Amino acid sequence: MTRVSTFTTVAQVLVVVGVLAATHRPLGDYVAHVLSAPRHLRVERAGYRLMRVDPDADQRWSTYLLSLLGFSLASVLLLFGLARMQDHLPLDIGMPPMDAPGAWNAAVSFVTNTNWQWYSGETAAGHLLQMTGFTVQNFASAAVGVTVLAALARGFARHEAAGRVGNFWSDLVRTIVRVLLPLAFVAALVLVVGGVIQNLHAHTDLTTLTGGTQTALGGPVASQEAIKELGTNGGGFFNANSAHPFENPTPWTNIFEIILLLLLPFALPRTFGVLVGDRRQGTAIAATMGVLWAGSVALLTWAEMAGPGLVPAAAGGAMEGKETRFGEAASALFAASTTGTSTGAVNAMHDSLTAPGGGVAMVNMLLGEVAPGGVGSGVYGMVVLAVVAVFLAGLMVGRTPEYLGKKLARPEITLVALSVLAMPAVVLVGSALAISLPAGQAGIQEPGAHGISEVVYALASAGNNNGSAFGGLTTGTPFYDTLLGLAMLVGRFVPIALVLALAGRLASARRVPASAGTLPTHTPVFVGLLVTVTLVVVGLTFVPVLSLGPVVESLS
Amino acid sequence: MTATTTRTRPTRPVGTVGLAFWRQSWAGLRVLLVLTVLLGVVYPLMVTGISQVTMRWQAEGSLLTANGGRTTDRSEAVGSALIGQPFDGPSWFQPRPSAAGDGYDTLASAGSNLGPLDRDLLAAVDQRRADLAAADGVAPGALPPDAVTASGSGLDPDISPAYARLQVNRVARERGLSRDEIAALVERQVVGRDLGFLGEPRVNVLRLNLALQTMGS
Repeated sequence: MTRVSTFTTVAQVLVVVGVLAATHRPLGDYVAHVLSAPRHLRVERAGYRLMRVDPDADQRWSTYLLSLLGFSLASVLLLFGLARMQDHLPLDIGMPPMDAPGAWNAAVSFVTNTNWQWYSGETAAGHLLQMTGFTVQNFASAAVGVTVLAALARGFARHEAAGRVGNFWSDLVRTIVRVLLPLAFVAALVLVVGGVIQNLHAHTDLTTLTGGTQTALGGPVASQEAIKELGTNGGGFFNANSAHPFENPTPWTNIFEIILLLLLPFALPRTFGVLVGDRRQGTAIAATMGVLWAGSVALLTWAEMAGPGLVPAAAGGAMEGKETRFGEAASALFAASTTGTSTGAVNAMHDSLTAPGGGVAMVNMLLGEVAPGGVGSGVYGMVVLAVVAVFLAGLMVGRTPEYLGKKLARPEITLVALSVLAMPAVVLVGSALAISLPAGQAGIQEPGAHGISEVVYALASAGNNNGSAFGGLTTGTPFYDTLLGLAMLVGRFVPIALVLALAGRLASARRVPASAGTLPTHTPVFVGLLVTVTLVVVGLTFVPVLSLGPVVESLS
Repeated sequence: MTATTTRTRPTRPVGTVGLAFWRQSWAGLRVLLVLTVLLGVVYPLMVTGISQVTMRWQAEGSLLTANGGRTTDRSEAVGSALIGQPFDGPSWFQPRPSAAGDGYDTLASAGSNLGPLDRDLLAAVDQRRADLAAADGVAPGALPPDAVTASGSGLDPDISPAYARLQVNRVARERGLSRDEIAALVERQVVGRDLGFLGEPRVNVLRLNLALQTMGS
C-alpha cells in the first residue's frame, strides 16, 4: 500500500468544495433574509425588553459604531473579570485565577474573534470560564463581524439615507438567535457522535492498562468546538486544539470541522450580493475568495506531501506535529482553511509544518483574512480591496471610480486606504519591536530565520485576528500578552471603525445608475483584477520580512 | 432634532460622544448578560443533557474496560479509545513518540513545535530510528514516519498499519506467541480511511493491546 494517495487527497478537497457549492446560496439567502426581515421573533422581542434596548431605531453609522464598541468593551471587561475570579465561581474544577496580563490577553483575544491562546485550556480554564466566557464570545464576536457586513451592504444599497445603516442590536441578536445558535446546536451533537466529549466532570485520574496513571479529561467540549469552527474563532478547549482527539476524534469529524469553518465565510458574499441588490457581485467576491483559497490549499498540500527540509527527509515524511488519523493531506487542507478563514484552530502544529507550508499559512493571514476570511470580516475586507481595485482601474482610464452604484471620491478612498494599511502597520511595527527588544527575543525558541518566522507569524496571527501560532514562541509573558493584545485590538477595531464610516458616507450618497463607462465588477476580468490587487498589496508590504523568515528557510 | 435638520452634520462636543459611549457600553453589558445566560448556560447544558441521554459513552470520553468493553465509569476504565497512553515494556505494541509532558500526559497536550530544519529534532529522529530498528530487529529505513515523529496532540491514539506490522516480531518473541497469530491480530485491528477516502488508515494502540492481552490469557 502506498502511504500517500493522490485520489484520496483530491477527493477530500472535492467533498469540501461540493458541500460549499451546495450550501452557499441557500445559506447566504437565508442570512440576508434574517438581516432584512421587518418582524422580530417573539423570543427576540422578549429579549429586547429584558435588555432594554430599542431594536427598531435606524442608527447613524457613528451610533452603530458606538453600540458595537460599547458591547465589545463590556465583553472584554466581563471576560477579564471571569478569568480573574474563576476560582471563586462554580465549576472551576480547581483552576487558579489568571494573572492580569494573561486575563487581558485572553479577553481581548476572544472578543476580537482572534482566539490567540497563551494558556493551556486543560490547566488554566475551568468549565464555567469556557462556557460563559469563551463560548459566549465565540458566538458574539462572529455575530459582530456579520453586523459590520450588514451595515456596509446597507451603505451601498441605500439612497440619500443620512448616514443611517441599520440597528446594531437587532443585527447582533438576529445573527446569533437565527443563524449561529441553531447551526452550532446541530453541529455540537454531530461532533458528540464522533466522540467529542460533553460533560461537566473535573479532570480525575484513571489507571491505565499497564498500571500507570493517566488523567481522564472532562468538559463541555462539543458545545464549544461547534461554534469555535462555525464562528471562525479557533480557540481550543485544550492546548492541542483540533489536533486533540477529544476535539477532533476521527477523519470524518476533521472534514466536518473544515466544512464548518468555511461554511459562513463562503455563504456571506451571497448575503452581501442579495443585500446590495445584485447577486452577481456576491458571486464575484466569492469567486475571488475561492481562487485564493484553492491556490493556498494546492500549495500547502504539495509542500506537506513532498516534505522538503532536513527533518521531514530524515523521518521519511512531514509527520512531526501531525496526527496519524489525519495524515499530511487532511492536515494541509485544515491548515490552509484555518489560516484562510480567520479561524486559527489547528489540527497539526503549524510550527512543524514544512518551510514552504508554514510560509503559505503565514501569507494566508497576511492577505488580511479575505480568502475567504472570518465570518463577516472576510466580506467587508474583500469589499475594501474591491474598492481599491475599482479605484486603480479608474486611475488607468481617467474616470471617477464607482462601485455598486456609489461614486468613490477622495474621502471614501482615504477611509479604504487607512483600513488597508492598519493591519500591515501593526504587524510590521510589532514584529520590529519584538525582534529588537530583549523581552521579545526571550520568547524565541529557535534562533535565526525560523525565529523570525515565529515572531512574524505571531504578529500576523494577532493583527489579522487569526489566532493560530507557531507554538515554539513563548508568549505567556507580560511583554507578548500586552503587545499581542494591542495588535488584536487595532487589527480588529480600526478597520471596523473605518468600514462603518465608509458605510455611513455611502448611505448618505445618491445612487448613480450604471453607464457605458462603468467598470463591470461581476465579470471574470474583475475577479482577476481583485485577486491581483490582493496579492500585490500583500506582496509590496510583506516581501522584505517574508524573505528574512520563511523564504530563507525554504532555500536552506 | 427634527427630520429636516438630519442632513446637516450635527456638531457634537467631545463630552457628548463620551456620554453616548458610556450609555452604549451600559446597554452592551445588559445585552451581554442576557446572551451569556442563553449561550453560556442554556445552550451548553442542553447539548450536555441530550448527549448524556442519547450518546452517553461518547460524551463521557469513549472509555474502555480491561476486557475491551465500553464503560462510562472512570474507576473501571483502563483508558479512552481516543486518547493514547504509554505502554511499559517491549511485550506491548508501542505508540508514537509524544511531546505531551513526559509522554501522553493528558494535562499537557502538545506537539514538539520544532521546525523542519531544527537540529535537535533531527538528532531525535535519527536516535529514535536507530533505537527502534535495534529493538524491533528491522532495517532502519523500514520505519515509517509516524514511528519517529511526535504527533500534534501528544495524545495520538493511533499508529500507521506499517508501524504496527513492524512490531509484530518483537511482540511475538517477548510473549512467546506465534508470529502469524500476532500478525493476524494486527490485521483485524487495521481501520481503513473513513468512507474509504477521509484521513489515513490506522491502528488504535490501546484496542490492539487489549486484544493482545485477551489472546494471551
